[in-house]
Amino acid sequence: MAYSEKVLDHFQNPKNVGTLDKSKKSVGTGLVGAPECGDVMRLQIEVDEVSGLITDAKFKTFGCGSAIASSSLATEWLKGKSIDEALSIDNMDIVEELALPPVKIHCSVLAEDAIKSAIADYKQKNGVETSAEVSVHS
Amino acid sequence: MDKRRLIYLDNNSTTPVDPRAVDAMLPYFYEKPGNAASRSHPFGWVAEEAVDYAREQVANLLDADPKEIIFTSGATESDNLGIKGVFEMYASKGNHIITTRTEHKAVLDTCQKIEKLGGQVTYLEVGNDGLIDLVALEAAITDKTILVCIMWANNETGVIQPMKAIGDICAKKGVLFMSDATQAVGKIPVNPRETGVHIMAFTSHKMYGPKGVGALYVSRKNPRVKVTAQMDGGGHERGMRSGTLNVPGIVGFGKAAEIAKAQMAEDAIRLSALRDKLEAGLCKLEETYVNGNKGSRMPHVTNISFKHVEGEGLMMTFNQHIAVSSGSACTSASLEPSYVLVAMGLGDDLAHSSIRFSLGRFTTDEEVEFAIEAVSKGVNHMRDLSPIWEMYKEGIDLNSVIWSAH
Repeated sequence: MAYSEKVLDHFQNPKNVGTLDKSKKSVGTGLVGAPECGDVMRLQIEVDEVSGLITDAKFKTFGCGSAIASSSLATEWLKGKSIDEALSIDNMDIVEELALPPVKIHCSVLAEDAIKSAIADYKQKNGVETSAEVSVHS
Repeated sequence: MDKRRLIYLDNNSTTPVDPRAVDAMLPYFYEKPGNAASRSHPFGWVAEEAVDYAREQVANLLDADPKEIIFTSGATESDNLGIKGVFEMYASKGNHIITTRTEHKAVLDTCQKIEKLGGQVTYLEVGNDGLIDLVALEAAITDKTILVCIMWANNETGVIQPMKAIGDICAKKGVLFMSDATQAVGKIPVNPRETGVHIMAFTSHKMYGPKGVGALYVSRKNPRVKVTAQMDGGGHERGMRSGTLNVPGIVGFGKAAEIAKAQMAEDAIRLSALRDKLEAGLCKLEETYVNGNKGSRMPHVTNISFKHVEGEGLMMTFNQHIAVSSGSACTSASLEPSYVLVAMGLGDDLAHSSIRFSLGRFTTDEEVEFAIEAVSKGVNHMRDLSPIWEMYKEGIDLNSVIWSAH
């Protein structure tokens, strides 16, 4: 299977690889997937207390090229967004942007789950009421 | 070396054709275009002569009688013909077949078909080293058993089954023994008669011959075995496989067999040294495991799991330069990791992390050195990206983490 240019670009030059201090109150961490399924994504966001905007996002992913590209793209999209805007990111947006084939759609689903999971963690730490329901695909 | 060159370490998928085999084939496309079944003119006679000669070359490689070689389109067809042909031919004797969990799909899917047709199939387990348990094999044989079908060498791990011991058990119990020897023929000595194998499938394109041509060895005496044809038509190949013979392909197959016989020992010594070098170089990386029994293995194959790195992602780091295969689910449409490695008791995580390197006659020392460097770099890069590698390094027990399976 050949990869799209965009998948290759994110894979070869992944954006925002790294680790944020998960003990900080301003950091939300999402860890989704399982090693035996061949995909694990950890996505972290740092939220500015005053503006409520996501100032930083980092990821580490165990997975195929499409999983790495999906998480790299997700961190790029998250920066500068509000929590509510971030929650509106849909896995199909990722599929479209990266031109993922049907067999790789689960990678985008996992990235959406990782975003939602990181936001839920942030909200829980900061006692924010969850307005939008966090649905985690299974 | 020129880093733009693509290094081929996927010889278990297919081998390049030896130029000497190509040279032998060419006249049969141009000046000798006849049909081997045309009995009435020199074009046919020449083609038939060429096929007869190739049949001798292939038989010589196995120390078999040329009449024991049935040409087919490849190992998948040979596996189908052997299993289904025995099931039909020996239906009055029984309907039970014994095979293993780690066979190629050409055998496993054919066995599933046999089950749909009312047959019984026992799938033997393998140990962590990939070998079957001989006691379990013997215990599985019943008075309804008509065939034991066990591959000579595994395509993913290179593990070689104890063929002679299996042959002895089958002889003692009076059941036919078939082997898918696709990965073994032409690379290690294979002698069906001495081993007690009665039916054997193999193919040209895994031994430096062309694609689209294979063979089924069918023992002609002690015992005389017959298989029911699965392709009806002109009654070619002594009625066991109808269809116009692929003359150029068969000629190339024959030449490849002749070359293999002459060069096998030398190739095996050279390739096992290169394979050991590759393995030693890559096993310098932490948390790296070789899959399969190292004492009973094809000389040119190694299957390695790089823990906490996903195989397809890893391959993407170097597949512009090096061609290999992975047991990762992501390389298959099913999203399931290698059933061969899972049958050997590997966790799904290690199965997802596996890469198969299969060297070949044209692999050089320089290429192996480049591969060690490029793959090690890729593994380190992917581990830098891997959250579970980070957790492992922090001393977190990954089994204690509650994962969200998806």
